[in-house]
Formats: sequence, C-alpha cells, structure tokens
Amino acid sequence: MTATRRAFDTVIILAIVLAAWQGLHQWVGSTALPAPMPTLAYLAKLVPTERFAESAWATLVTFFWALLLSYGLGLLLGVWMGIHRLSGAVGEPILISLYTLPKVTLYPVVLLIFGLTLPGRVTFGAMHGVLPVALLTMNSIRNIPPVYVKAARTLHLSHRQTISTVLFPAAFPEIVSGLRIGFTLTLLGVLLAEMFASKAGLGALIINAMQLLQNQEMIAVAIVLFLFAAAANAVLLWMEHRLHRRV
Amino acid sequence: MSKVGWLRLVVIVGAVGALEVACRAGWINHRVVIPPSEMADALVQLLISGKFNEQIARSFGLVIAAIIIAVVAGFIVGVIIHALPRVRQALDPFFATYYAVPIFIFYPVMIPIFGLSVIPILLMGVLTAIVAMIISTLNGLDRVPRVLTKVARVHRMGRISTALRLKLPAAAPHLFTGVKLAVSYGFIGVIASEFILAPAGLGRVISDAYSDFDNRSMYALMLLLVVVATLANTLLHLFDQRWAERRGAGKS
Repeated sequence: MTATRRAFDTVIILAIVLAAWQGLHQWVGSTALPAPMPTLAYLAKLVPTERFAESAWATLVTFFWALLLSYGLGLLLGVWMGIHRLSGAVGEPILISLYTLPKVTLYPVVLLIFGLTLPGRVTFGAMHGVLPVALLTMNSIRNIPPVYVKAARTLHLSHRQTISTVLFPAAFPEIVSGLRIGFTLTLLGVLLAEMFASKAGLGALIINAMQLLQNQEMIAVAIVLFLFAAAANAVLLWMEHRLHRRV
Repeated sequence: MSKVGWLRLVVIVGAVGALEVACRAGWINHRVVIPPSEMADALVQLLISGKFNEQIARSFGLVIAAIIIAVVAGFIVGVIIHALPRVRQALDPFFATYYAVPIFIFYPVMIPIFGLSVIPILLMGVLTAIVAMIISTLNGLDRVPRVLTKVARVHRMGRISTALRLKLPAAAPHLFTGVKLAVSYGFIGVIASEFILAPAGLGRVISDAYSDFDNRSMYALMLLLVVVATLANTLLHLFDQRWAERRGAGKS
C-alpha cells in the first residue's frame, strides 16, 4: 500500500515537472524552450539514429576507461592509506582539499598534456572519480572494529584468510558507496570534458546542438543522460542497501 | 605543529618542488606546464596590473551570491519539506539521484531561455549547491532529539521560539555541513558554467588564455582559483573543528 502510494506521489511530481516545463514553454516561447511533448517525440526519433549511437558509444568507451582508472587508482590509494595509518593521516586532508577543488579549471592542463584525445578525456574523468573512491575506501578500512582483527588472530587465520573472510567483507558495503559516488563523478568529468573540448560523445552533441540552436536535440540528449545516470545510480543504491542490510 | 602536520607540509612542498625542478630541467615542456614559481610571479603581476581584476571580482561575486542564495533558500525549502512528510517521501528518490546526474548538461538548455548573461551562471551555481543544503537541513531537523521538543512543551515555549532557541542550535552542526558543501558546489557550478560558455568571468578568461596559448595568464589564474577555493574550504574546516571542540567541552 505504501509502495503504491509512494509510486503515485512520484508520478505526481513527474507530472508537476512536465506541467512546469509546459508553462515555461508558453512563457518564454518555443524558440527558447520547445514544448515537452514534441521534444519527447523527437527523443524517440533521435535515439535509434546512427548519429546518436556513434556519440553514445564514444561517451561509453571514454567513460569505461575513466571508470576503470578511477576505481583502480582509487582502491589502490584507499587500501594503502587505510592500512598504513600514517600515510592516511598525512594524505587525508590533501585528498579532501583536492576533492573540493573545482577541477574544471585544471582541464586546460590535461588538454595541454594530452591534446584533444581520448586519453585526455579519460584522465579528466578519472580525476573526478579517484578521490571519492580513495577517501571512502580508506574510511571503510579504518572503521573496521579492531575486535574483528583480534577474532581473526584468535582463530589463527592466515594473512590471506584474514583479508578475504574478515577484512574484505567488513569493508565492502562502504567501499560500494565510494564506487557509486566515483561512478557519478567520473560520468560528470567525462561529460564536462566532452562539452568543453571534443568532437565526439554526447557532451559534444549537446554543445553542437546549442551552437546550432537545436534546442530539441539539446534537451533530448540531456534527458537521455539524465535517465542513464539515474538508472545506474538506482541500481548501485539498491546494491548498497542490500549489502548494508546483510551486515 | 604535529609530526603528521610536518610530514604533510613536506609532502606538499616536495611535490611542488619536484614540479619546479622538472620544469626548470626541461623534463616537462615549457609549453605544457610552467614552473610553479613562474605561476606565482605571473599571478602577482596580473593582480598588480589589474588586467583581469574585473573578471575576478565578477566570478567571485557570482560564487558568493550563488552560495548565499543556495544556503538561505535551501534552508527555507528544507524546513518546509520537513514539515510535509508526504511531499518529502515523494521527493526522496529525486534527492537520492540529484547529484548522480551531471546537472551541467542542463546549462546549455538555460542559455536560450535566459540569454547569455549572469542569470544562467548564477542559476547553475545555485542549482548545484542548493540540494546539498536542503538535504543537510532535513538531516539536521531529523536529528533534533525528541527530548528537546518535550522540554519546549514543559516550558510552554511558542513554536517560533522553540524553532529558534532549541531546534536551530540542535540542528546547527548539520546545517554547517550543508554550508560547507554549498561552498564547494557553488564554486564548481559557477566556474564550470563560465568554462563551458559565458560572456565573461574567470572561467571564460582561463579558457581564452588556453586557446591563445597564453600559459602565463592561464596558470596564474588557475593558481588563484585553487588558492582561493582551498583557503575557503580550509577556513570552514578549521571553524568546524573549533566549534566541535567547544560543543564537546560544553557538554562535559
């Protein structure tokens, strides 16, 4: 009952958003903001085209490598800083201040190093994702209750057994939270990179549409990205909740 | 300073020094990265010459305006939503996904609506920051201990004085977390928008300098942004720590 009511409320909010869109459209005129229904129709037409598929594929490839780099480096850094307390204490404030920095400003540096290439966009995406993954992984390891380690020692578990049966399962749920935030920010980084300087990808498609004043296309692509990010986030959140409940 | 603090300083100075050496020795091309000392020198000269002061003031002004609007409006919206549990339940999934969506993809949508002026930039800054403030306000109000509302009833306090004298101080630490987040999101929202497309501002100037291969100006302004953002965050962090200590001391 509550689930259906909640779904009903969510539908109402979606309806309000659509109504607000329609209202704004009436107010500012259709050149500035196209009406919702024709835009959604355009969206349905745009997605199957080859032009869209090409851009989406380019973004996915960039995103894949950036994510791999974020996760790999972030986990490595996080595990190291979690296990080695001193490096953690020294590095944490540095990582936090890097995390709060507007990294867009540093994009030209990446561009100067890599040029307008795939590695440049991958690096920029990873720059966003590495820090939350590292910080949350570090915290997850630090927050393992010492009694777990003692229990492992009492049971005479080997080093490898301790890691695989005690430490890893204890830290895993929080690591997954880090991976979710890393996912989100890496996607943001990749799209910003594409928006600022690229000829390929959905970010570039949006900027292109903006320059050609094709507002329908711009909004349609934005909606696709919105849905992709929201769906991925929902899946990861669901995994996270399940893991937290298990513990 | 503690041992850890010293070590941290050594790490930072070492990293900057290594970059300096690598640039001076020619291991890193001068056209890619200029030595940190040159960045600092360029920044000082830029500030003295006043060439970009207007742009700098414009951007930081926008950042501050966006943060203030986001904090005030976010707090008000948070209080209203907190009072309406059903609305809150319906909005929960949106809050959970909000920061998962790269909101910058909507910046180009705003430009034809509001024109290429400060409004879309300010709006982007507010939009990136406000939801963090709303969520923090909700969290803070959730964690107001029940006993405080009972105390208020015992003392026959009115709704407004309960809110101001009991609930607000109790929720304050969470509100401050919201402010901290709003500050860093405000920076990102404004500067990133200026980067993508803007008539003026620091982001625009940096991206122009990049296009013109004007590395000295580019790195100088980047350094300025990094220093200001780090300074703002460090100050907030220090304030937070002091405050937490005082609260801790007051309790015992």
